Amino acid sequence: MFVASEDSQPCFKDFTLVMPAVAVGNVGQLAVDLIVSTLNMSRVGYLHTDCLIPMAGNNPYATCKEDAEEMHTPAEVYIAPELKLAVLQIRAPIIQTKSKKFCQMIVSWIKDSGFSRTVVLSSSHSYQRDDQQMRGTPLRYLVTPSLQKVSAEALKELGWMEMERVSAFPGLTDANTEPRLCIPGGGITKGLYTDSCAEDLPLAVLLLFCSEGDNIPDAFTLINHLNDWLHLLDNPSQEPNKWKIPTSWSLLFGSGIPPALF
Amino acid sequence: MATFFGEVLSVYSRAVEEEDDEDLDENEEDEQIRRELAIKREVHLQWRPEVSESLRSGNKLQCSDFIVAVGHNAARFLSVYVLTSANWETVGHVSLWNERSRAVIGQTSEESACVFYRHKDSPSVLICQVTGYIAEDQLFQWAEKVFDCLQQRELNVTVLADYSVADYKTADYVCSSSAPFLRSLHTATFSGQSVCQSLEQPNIVTGLPAAVLNHCQVHRIAAVVYQCYSDITGPDSVTMETYKPVLTKLSKSIQFESSPSTEILRKFVKTTDIQSNLYI
Repeated sequence: MFVASEDSQPCFKDFTLVMPAVAVGNVGQLAVDLIVSTLNMSRVGYLHTDCLIPMAGNNPYATCKEDAEEMHTPAEVYIAPELKLAVLQIRAPIIQTKSKKFCQMIVSWIKDSGFSRTVVLSSSHSYQRDDQQMRGTPLRYLVTPSLQKVSAEALKELGWMEMERVSAFPGLTDANTEPRLCIPGGGITKGLYTDSCAEDLPLAVLLLFCSEGDNIPDAFTLINHLNDWLHLLDNPSQEPNKWKIPTSWSLLFGSGIPPALF
Repeated sequence: MATFFGEVLSVYSRAVEEEDDEDLDENEEDEQIRRELAIKREVHLQWRPEVSESLRSGNKLQCSDFIVAVGHNAARFLSVYVLTSANWETVGHVSLWNERSRAVIGQTSEESACVFYRHKDSPSVLICQVTGYIAEDQLFQWAEKVFDCLQQRELNVTVLADYSVADYKTADYVCSSSAPFLRSLHTATFSGQSVCQSLEQPNIVTGLPAAVLNHCQVHRIAAVVYQCYSDITGPDSVTMETYKPVLTKLSKSIQFESSPSTEILRKFVKTTDIQSNLYI
């Protein structure tokens, strides 16, 4: 359920929505953090739902002492009106038995809000790729038929690789089994995609094959890839530090070590 | 995942469950089992007859201060400093079942892991002690159902919560002498002065305190969580003392015993003496 954080209801008509799928290495979530912190987006509301594990913290994008004390919740919506961009950040894992319900909730919220298109940033286990997926870049995309109609030109120009369908029984050539879409470790990515196809929503999935570990480089790869399409920043690759790393990324590998150790 | 030497290891992911990519072809029976399990895991509130009667007639609990203590030290702190000092009565409890619940037959409300207390003379303060485990999927429901019974205008929520200092992240090494210490996190509508430092990023609040904060932030209720980071897992008087500044702030609405007798302290600390003789 969307709850506005201010008194007035925000209008998302014709906005582009970017959201992460909670997936392997948290790459989508990290990439979304970079967008919110770099574009200095403002929070307009929360998704208050029982499908996410509760968590709370102070401002993850704090820049100074004054704005550090501001509470944030597991799922929040940010906007940059001048770019007609809305971002949904999800900071907690989805309760496994409720992932279907969560998908449905997101899809119906997207539908009701009137977003012109939705981009899901996701990732998939790199060790489960098949032979054809190991070729080329680790980046893939998927678009629903309704977005394909309007963005076919742009996508063709970008020269991106579409996510390959894999055969159910590799090595066997059985005419009866159709190759199917498989996104291992992608969380709700596949559910969101298939639900959006069924609901005729314009939605794209951008995903990256990766492994769990320090996934910050993966997040930069994915966000630069997205930027090639949406042009949120001009030429970020020439200036590698243009994306602003939020303060909440500190101490990813734990606290300081005892000085007496040495 | 295949390693350098070729053996296949199952990979743990911090973000996703292992079997989430399988297509779930659910049949009627699976669905039925899932539904029954969901019903079994529901959170139930049981109030005293007069309270539930007034709730049924649409009158929510009139309450200006709601104090929730999560964890053994927080709960015992309230038992020692507040609940012994005056006429407090049990008004209700929460009953729930999850994978960690033990089958206890004939459990009374006093033995429940989540009990509500109210002062006989000034019923505007409600205290809740939570010592049991509430599963991740039950937290949201707990907050929804409890706050549904409370009058929300001018409500102030204070949560005391035990945490382990091992979960505290800081660039400097936390030396053992600094624990236990308090950190606070409050909702946007909370206007009071906090009694301690604010929780620094990247530290977060999880569990029941987070569920309460989320609910209060979204519904614009003034709430503050005080997390006590301690290096002792069992109940101990030093950790309990850490919460004292919070009570001093609440002294307008509740009376408390500033120096409890050793007798009372002993009663509450002793009950969980280490049962094992491994280190004797």
